[in-house]
Amino acid sequence: MQRYLLSKKNQITLISAILIVLGFFGRFVLENITLFNWSLIVASILGIAPIAIQAYQALKVKVVSIDVLVTIAVVGAVLIKNYEESAIVTFLFLFGAYLEQRTLNQTRSAIKELTDMAPETAMKQMEDGEFEEVDVFDVDEGDILLVRTGSSVPVDGTVLSGEGHVNEASVTGESVPVGKKEGGEVFAGTILENGTIQVQADRVGEDTTFGRIIELVEDAQDSKSEAERFIDRFSKYYTPAILGIAIIIWLFTQNTEMAITALVLGCPGALVIGVPVSNVSGIGNGARNNVLLKGSEVINDFSRVDTIVFDKTGTLTVGNPEVADKQFYGENIDEALGYLASVERESDHPLAQAVLDDIGETTVSTVEATEVVKGEGVVATVNGHHIAVGNAALMERKNVTLNEQAKQDINQYEKNGNSLVLTAVDGELKILMGIRDKIRPGVKEELQNLKNLGAKNLIVLSGDNQGTVDAVANEIGLTEAHGHMLPEDKSDYIKKLQAEGQIVAFVGDGINDSPSLALADIGIAMGSGTDVAIETSDVVLMQSDFNHLAHALGLTKAISRNMKQNIAIAIGVVIVLFSGLFFSDWMNMSIGMLAHEGSILVVILNGIRLLRYRLRNQHA
Amino acid sequence: MQKAIINLETLTCPSCIQKIENALKGMNGIEKDSVEVLFNSSKVKANFDAEALTMESIEKAIEDLGYPVIKSKARAI
Repeated sequence: MQRYLLSKKNQITLISAILIVLGFFGRFVLENITLFNWSLIVASILGIAPIAIQAYQALKVKVVSIDVLVTIAVVGAVLIKNYEESAIVTFLFLFGAYLEQRTLNQTRSAIKELTDMAPETAMKQMEDGEFEEVDVFDVDEGDILLVRTGSSVPVDGTVLSGEGHVNEASVTGESVPVGKKEGGEVFAGTILENGTIQVQADRVGEDTTFGRIIELVEDAQDSKSEAERFIDRFSKYYTPAILGIAIIIWLFTQNTEMAITALVLGCPGALVIGVPVSNVSGIGNGARNNVLLKGSEVINDFSRVDTIVFDKTGTLTVGNPEVADKQFYGENIDEALGYLASVERESDHPLAQAVLDDIGETTVSTVEATEVVKGEGVVATVNGHHIAVGNAALMERKNVTLNEQAKQDINQYEKNGNSLVLTAVDGELKILMGIRDKIRPGVKEELQNLKNLGAKNLIVLSGDNQGTVDAVANEIGLTEAHGHMLPEDKSDYIKKLQAEGQIVAFVGDGINDSPSLALADIGIAMGSGTDVAIETSDVVLMQSDFNHLAHALGLTKAISRNMKQNIAIAIGVVIVLFSGLFFSDWMNMSIGMLAHEGSILVVILNGIRLLRYRLRNQHA
Repeated sequence: MQKAIINLETLTCPSCIQKIENALKGMNGIEKDSVEVLFNSSKVKANFDAEALTMESIEKAIEDLGYPVIKSKARAI
């Protein structure tokens, strides 16, 4: 019976409304007081039934919930024969709860859209070789699955047979379908647009890339700030306290109506719901725009950031450097290029691949006695020759003489924004290469947006030479640029900024950046970075989407404002209502319930605005 | 111990959280410290002893409090 009544709350609300309308029709049109009273009595009894059941269930588990307050208030109103109040209050409470439920689901819609994209079933090959539809949780690594046109890929896996085009927008953000055939990699949550493929599961469930994205977003929305934890603790005592206040009012005034009105006015809904609603909507907006904000504490800190520090390669630049200029000195250049290629072949430095790509096919030799000079380059012996490959500091360390022409070239290359790779053979400079990485599209406009949002200092820290970082900084409008920075120098620099009182965000792609990401007040990782970087960061720009950085900052500021507005609305309404109760004669239970439910809906609707937040004055 | 992850149709107030938390903590077979009721994602997580309790009994306890469970998304791992 209890579950039946609870499941029929919406129908009960509708019947209550009809009875209330009938009652007032009886009173004002038919002038039939009996019809008026009985309609409202039945509406009250019917309406209070599910609320009283919930109140009983709450008391059974030692919780004084809002249902308890409303039940006492309505029973009190019936006892003092104020049927009009009892019926209207129960109806408003039930109808308000219905609207709350509907609107709250809206705030959670962005996250729901994401989780709904997670596949729920898979066609799994059974022992007899046939494929059967199973729950996705029953798929294990190594299982063979069949994916047909229009279906979602249920796991991260490898294509065993078949061909097709897959829309990978849910994972990579790229909506142009990608061709897949035997040996190709597919991701859970992506859609096979045409063809049929058989896939062997490599990662399943929460271990898939999509599963991890969902987990991160859900963890983010459920994490609580100190303010929220305080409100939660506060709400545990607030409702019983309101009950106590109502009893005190009754003891002092013997005014039952005033006491039960206080019960209704004191309902804490808007106060306790306001901050989480802003968070859920804000984090949902972020998820839709490829920005993962890891919780409300992060939102608060990020909204106050005044200094943003950037790593260069892979963050401001696309991370795919190419040789842009080169100069040769002296004779035997082909031989020198062979030595350079031999040394770079053994290096995992980001510039090495650019050098090798530029040299192309050449004769390589065995490299011996390799020594890495941190932050400067490599020295090695190749075919008995002493080879030094690195920057100008390495040449100086190895006593390589740079003639006037070379010095001029180096200056010019630096001014052009090149990273330099110099090659000396037996102490003589042979090759100068200038390597440039393309600036990410839209970076300049994005940085201007950050400035408009109040980020005063935009700083690049890079291991490159000063000339290169200066050139990049000038091109895109950074306020400071510091070159020759090793990873530990970057962390030290962030500490220095923090010691000066600045609130610092660090943006990096994760390679060597994890200490800085962890140390900064807000660590922002580009989504293509390492797992460690994504774990240690506070904000993830999913799919390496630099162009949503300003959106992220603007959004956190909007969320912070929204939370404050919601707290102000909630507290303001309680103050106005209680002032009305003590200092006016217009306050009654119905007005109190209307204002209470109204304030809850106002804070929810205010929170929902964040789902539609877009950065104003955004550059195209 | 198994972990129950139960999605609810909606949670509308912090006292809903207290009610569900207290109810689950009072059930034999549930690891008290593991009970998490998450307002923002309308989700309940708890570790339970599968020999003493079933998923269905946990779902029923929550539904008895007036919170419908999305059955297709409830799972034990």
